[in-house]
Amino acid sequence: MLRAAACLVACLALPAAAETSAVPARVVSINLCTDQLAMMLAGPDQLISVSELASDPLASSMPEEAAGYVQNRGGAEQVFLLKPDLVLAGTYTARASVDLLRRLGVRVEQVEPVTSLAGVSIQIRQVAAAMGREAEGEALVAEFEAALAALASDLPPGEPPDQALVPAALYYPNGYTTGKGTLSDDVLAHTGFSNIGASAGVTGGGILPMELLVMAEPALVVTSKPYPGASRSEEILSHPALTQLKGRVGVVAFSDADWICGTPHILRAVAAMRAARLSAGGVATAQPEGAGE
Amino acid sequence: MKYLLPLLAVLVALLFCASLLIGPAAMGLGESLRALFTGEGGPVVLVMQEIRLPRALLGLLVGAALGLSGAAMQGYLRNPLAEPGLIGVSASAALGAVLTLQTGLAAAFSLALPLAALAGAGLASLLILALAGPRGGALALILAGIAISALAGAATSLVLNLSPNPFAAAEIVYWMMGSLADRSFTHVWLAAPFILAGMAALMTLGRGLDAMTLGEDAAESLGIRPARLRFVLICGTAAAVGASVAVAGAIGFVGLVVPHVLRPLVGARPSRLLPASALGGAAVLLAADIATRLIAPDRDLKLGVLTALVGAPFFLHLIWKMRRVEA
Amino acid sequence: MSLLSLENITVRRGTLSVVDGVSLTVSAGEFVGLIGPNGAGKTSLMRAALGLLPHEGRSNLAQMSAARRARAVAFLPQGREIAWPVSVADLVALGRAPWGNADPADPAVRRALARLDLEGFASRAATSLSGGEQARALIARALAQETPLLIADEPGAGLDPEAQIRMMTIFAGLAQDGRAVLASVHDLGLAARHCTRLILLERGRLVADGPPREVLSEARLAGVFHIRAHLFENEDGLIFQPLGVIR
Repeated sequence: MLRAAACLVACLALPAAAETSAVPARVVSINLCTDQLAMMLAGPDQLISVSELASDPLASSMPEEAAGYVQNRGGAEQVFLLKPDLVLAGTYTARASVDLLRRLGVRVEQVEPVTSLAGVSIQIRQVAAAMGREAEGEALVAEFEAALAALASDLPPGEPPDQALVPAALYYPNGYTTGKGTLSDDVLAHTGFSNIGASAGVTGGGILPMELLVMAEPALVVTSKPYPGASRSEEILSHPALTQLKGRVGVVAFSDADWICGTPHILRAVAAMRAARLSAGGVATAQPEGAGE
Repeated sequence: MKYLLPLLAVLVALLFCASLLIGPAAMGLGESLRALFTGEGGPVVLVMQEIRLPRALLGLLVGAALGLSGAAMQGYLRNPLAEPGLIGVSASAALGAVLTLQTGLAAAFSLALPLAALAGAGLASLLILALAGPRGGALALILAGIAISALAGAATSLVLNLSPNPFAAAEIVYWMMGSLADRSFTHVWLAAPFILAGMAALMTLGRGLDAMTLGEDAAESLGIRPARLRFVLICGTAAAVGASVAVAGAIGFVGLVVPHVLRPLVGARPSRLLPASALGGAAVLLAADIATRLIAPDRDLKLGVLTALVGAPFFLHLIWKMRRVEA
Repeated sequence: MSLLSLENITVRRGTLSVVDGVSLTVSAGEFVGLIGPNGAGKTSLMRAALGLLPHEGRSNLAQMSAARRARAVAFLPQGREIAWPVSVADLVALGRAPWGNADPADPAVRRALARLDLEGFASRAATSLSGGEQARALIARALAQETPLLIADEPGAGLDPEAQIRMMTIFAGLAQDGRAVLASVHDLGLAARHCTRLILLERGRLVADGPPREVLSEARLAGVFHIRAHLFENEDGLIFQPLGVIR
């Protein structure tokens, strides 16, 4: 009890010190996306803990790296006891925890969800600045932008110009899709696909009735890998209508962990979609050169 | 009413067609029907044959199962409040279904899903009959129902919360409220044999339930064997309701409202109420499912929400009436 | 011909014997009144005889198959339950179920309705009738079964004097027609006047069986019922008039 009280006093004293020092010594991330950016940007021993999700291979692009850090569940109590100088959080995650941490005097940097490929660079710079790792941030941005530019070239032009865009659908459990104003939509746009969800009028996330999906005759269905354990939400992905559709279009891509966050790992998603576009475009001569990283 | 059954049958047929023709994808009537029957017409065929047809068939089967089992249970317990949803039979079936899904048993052996739901529904029926059997009053029935529903609901919630699948945890609403959205022929083949067998068993009970109007002793003296009646009732209800819940979740109030509305039209005779309630239940569920698609096509509105909005006031009305009689 | 024959029937509830070694027979042409104070075991004896209650001993009815028994005996239970608002005709027609079809147009249904003066009520919902009318409808249901034997548990309870006398007359008429009736009766005056034979139960045992005149002796009325009564015969038959309680 006494020790806890002492810790409380010590911890409450911390923020004053943290504000004066530009480089936070103890960084805790409680959001899957900031987890990954922080792991890429952090100096030795600067990052103390990442969220539990960072070790989930279905959600995170860096599960092995995450294993080297303390895992947190994002609760204010647990995070506070890690004595962070800086907490990285998303704007929509764990609101109550963030509010409580701020009231306890902890510096919290919140990042918006990335909604476009251009937004990735902005986010890298924001997290780098908060962590006092600006130079590392600029290097990562430069690397990312070069790779993205390389992937955008050499896509086959559609034979009639209006067919340059091949219809693709993002289709997830519960018939969820992502439409306009999302990172996934921008990935499709960048690789020569049109997004059926966006055409159906969905902005952000929303439901795409399976009937509309079938009627739109997508050339490509991007879907997710099922989690262990059953759920009715995911049963939709094995619906016979969808299975037949997939059989007919012949091309299916899985959106995995790389699609979730606006980090440089999104390049792997762009590369996969580019490869799919090249085969869906039916241009036999076009080689997916540079499709890798 | 002499023409009640034909009228109900026509209503069900119309609603079944409406269910086939109404959906988010706007397709011409002729085009839809051609696709449905000839299998020609590209994606329209897929929509008609693989999405709308199984949904309409399940609406028909599940509605009929719920209406019929409600009428049969009310006849046996001689209590208009008996309803698979209210007395915990549906909730227990959902628990059985969720258990097989989450343990992976359903993936290994597909019949495990309806069988487990059937077992859940059967156990709950047994428990209800033991706790609030023919001599128990409305109070015993409702109290036992609340207890069983709460227990099964909590256990279902627990199983879903412990699931490694993040989607599963959010699905308690589906299991408690029911939905036919995006069901496929896989589900029809899984549930239909059990539902049809259960309904066939329940339909044989007419004579026995009529005799039960006079009480158990008088019924037995009329040549009815109550033990056999009870056995068929439990098996039939378990098969029909269990299989329905396994593929569509627990949809409440259909088995309460439908027999209640139709009872005066059949002269209150339980035997005549059975087929009428099966048809009425199918009509109500098809209508409710069409309504979910018309009211909020992009929200996956739960069927049980609609049936409860209509059914709960009925339920309160019934309690009010019984309260006055018993007071 | 004996339509009911019980040998040494015993019904136990826990360690207590509510019916204790009762043997009796009822033959065609008899209207037997089963009498005894509350708790004497009248209901249990009748339910055991019908095979509705686990018992020791032998009952010819309990040994029959359910379907055969339903054609051999009609039973009118004490609780007058009518669960649903079915029409009186439909209710009475339930008595035809053992014979295949519960059709309200069956002549047996018409006869039963007429016998209890219920023709005017045929299409009314049974639950909307008064208590006495419901009791009559249920008696008509049992009569429609047209079995050789009728067992009735307190069929007269709650009926007005006219309905009670009509009912006893109907039962006596059935006996005269060559059928048989076994009914538990609390009104000893009615029992004395209409029954051809009385069976007296006391604490599960059969203590007397014979013509009313013999069974209703002064000693038994005092010993079993704890009452004094005036019993005499005039041109109307046997008259029983209770006078007071013996302390």
